[in-house]
Amino acid sequence: MHELSLAENILEIVRESVSSNGGGRLKSVKVRIGELAGVVPDSLDLCFTALTKGTELENAKLDIERCGIVAHCRDCGIDSVVEGMTFKCPACGSGNIKVISGNELQVMEIEVDDECSNS
Amino acid sequence: MSVVTVERKVLEKNDELAQLNRELFKKHGTFVINLVSSPGSGKTSLLEKTLEHLNGRVKVAVIEGDVQTDLDAQRVAKFDVPVVQIVTNGGCHLDARLVQDALGKMELGGINLLVIENVGNLVCPAGYDLGEAMKVVIASTTEGDDKPLKYPAMFRNASVLVINKIDLVPYLSCNLAELRANALRINPNLAVFETSCTTGSGVREWSEWLITEAGTTSR
Ligand SMILES: Nc1nc2c(ncn2[C@@H]2O[C@H](COP(=O)(O)OP(=O)(O)O)[C@@H](O)[C@H]2O)c(=O)[nH]1
Ligand SMILES: [Mg+2]
Ligand SMILES: [Zn+2]
Repeated sequence: MHELSLAENILEIVRESVSSNGGGRLKSVKVRIGELAGVVPDSLDLCFTALTKGTELENAKLDIERCGIVAHCRDCGIDSVVEGMTFKCPACGSGNIKVISGNELQVMEIEVDDECSNS
Repeated sequence: MSVVTVERKVLEKNDELAQLNRELFKKHGTFVINLVSSPGSGKTSLLEKTLEHLNGRVKVAVIEGDVQTDLDAQRVAKFDVPVVQIVTNGGCHLDARLVQDALGKMELGGINLLVIENVGNLVCPAGYDLGEAMKVVIASTTEGDDKPLKYPAMFRNASVLVINKIDLVPYLSCNLAELRANALRINPNLAVFETSCTTGSGVREWSEWLITEAGTTSR
């Protein structure tokens, strides 16, 4: 259920970004969410919609980009995709790996309609 | 229409506050663990057993996180250690700000070990850094042996796994070896302990390891 607080954080970042860009109407927000981030995309989308409803951000779209888990082997130096939740280097079998992708929880970009009229 | 690059972490505020907490812990030489598990796995029980075993040898303080009530703080206060209860009022995890607030109600000077008992939940607390030195995850045998595979982020982010309620193994279909193997598949670097808070089995090994760790890291 922490998707609600994540959606709040996202909106805070979005509002700051819109205003530092000189305002305008938000069309969409692109967020990147790793498979290991423990976030349910549908819940996040639901919370985002609920929180924007009736605000200046209403109807903005949340674009969720998922990223899979990639690990770097500290022993043989190879990067590989972690499959089936087995955190082991497929090349040399080492468990001495560092997850380099999969924990992402980031606001990547926003799309703003600048010529938004004041009417 | 314009596209504006943002590239900011959703949890950036939390990470900043966690860093402040971490600096405070470092300043006081306090070793901090973030104790996480499903509700009822035995976080408070293990803490009670650990305090009983340590018997005042190291100075311990506790922050209790619960959705409601200060029942756990009451349990811990019996051991005559400083304890602050955080009630999240529905919140499913502790965050760095709640911990910062709790730290304001506590004297860290002279404390060697601070245990933060998180809200019972294997999902949400995984992503929230509190400033701790390590996360300790408890999996109890009654939850079955597949939990590491179902909640990989938590087991991946933890440094220690305590398998609790091993006294119940004879009555369950939970396979201890399988539970351990599943956890190590997610995180081969996990230190693993097996405990029973009912019989006290394994409590000594875990507690001694913990204070050794606390001693070496805070120096
Ligand atoms: N049989 C058995 N019961 C335990 C053990 N550890 C905890 N319990 C029981 O499990 C229940 C939940 O424990 P508690 O410490 O409150 O769990 P928490 O919610 O994770 O803090 C209590 O009734 C405990 O007595 C154990 O090792 N063996
Ligand atoms: Mg408890
Ligand atoms: Zn390798």
